Amino acid sequence: MTLRGIVQKLDLIPLGGTGEQNLDKKVTGCYASDLLSDVMANSKEGNIWITLQIHANVIAVATLNDLTGIIFVNGRKPEQETLEKARDKNIPLFMSKLQTYELAGKMYQLGII
Amino acid sequence: MESTYVQEFKVIGGDFLRAGQVSTRIKSILKDIGINHSIVRRISICAYEAEMNVVMYAQRGKILFSMNPRKTHITVEDEGPGIEDIELAMREGYSTATSEMQEMGFGAGMGLPNIKKNADTFHISSVVGKGTKLQIGVMI
Ligand SMILES: Nc1ncnc2c1ncn2[C@@H]1O[C@H](COP(=O)(O)OP(=O)(O)OP(=O)(O)O)[C@@H](O)[C@H]1O
Ligand SMILES: [Mg+2]
Repeated sequence: MTLRGIVQKLDLIPLGGTGEQNLDKKVTGCYASDLLSDVMANSKEGNIWITLQIHANVIAVATLNDLTGIIFVNGRKPEQETLEKARDKNIPLFMSKLQTYELAGKMYQLGII
Repeated sequence: MESTYVQEFKVIGGDFLRAGQVSTRIKSILKDIGINHSIVRRISICAYEAEMNVVMYAQRGKILFSMNPRKTHITVEDEGPGIEDIELAMREGYSTATSEMQEMGFGAGMGLPNIKKNADTFHISSVVGKGTKLQIGVMI
């Protein structure tokens, strides 16, 4: 499934001009974690990342792992620096009103594994 | 003679805003010259975890990145508290990260073990009160 498809099906809210040009990228899977070293070790190229970490360091993690995007859960809004870095590195950011467990469950039902 | 590419980067302790810049730079150099994905990934993990440890625990550090057609080498040397018990620090799950760092998602105690896992050669030495030095090699 493409990033665009996931955004539509899961009602993700795109955040301020980050990576619109990536919406046609294929999402290879999903990884949900709030521990940065864990994401470094276990996420895979093309994964979308579910987290409640909203500070700027998430952008380096997403860039280094070639992730297709980051979804902030619980309606958390990223810090300003996070948005700026995301624009700079072309990493799409989204917000979901759902909690990690619910969002991951819906993602799984979509066949994103 | 094999040609060798060398670049040195500085890392400032406590600067979480710029943290990750050096490893991101190293990754883009490797990607631009077309190094195999899985190798780029392994080097990125090593560089990132080493860089973050300097940011989290040391005052300042230098990262020396060098590469020839057969291998890449990363030396990370910092001025900082050093590590008293290296064997303990290498254990998965061991961490002295502060609660602020933990809130930011650091401090899983996975950094050093993951460097070791992803490197072909790995050496760590430390002098308490002076600093820590990592030498990481990955074959291309
Ligand atoms: N450069 C360093 N200077 C001083 N102490 C260090 C340094 N690097 C690591 N340590 C010590 O070793 C411990 C383990 O490091 P490691 O990178 O494995 O885990 P962490 O940094 O605590 O957590 P994570 O890397 O998962 O975010 C650290 O908590 C710290 O006590
Ligand atoms: Mg670490």
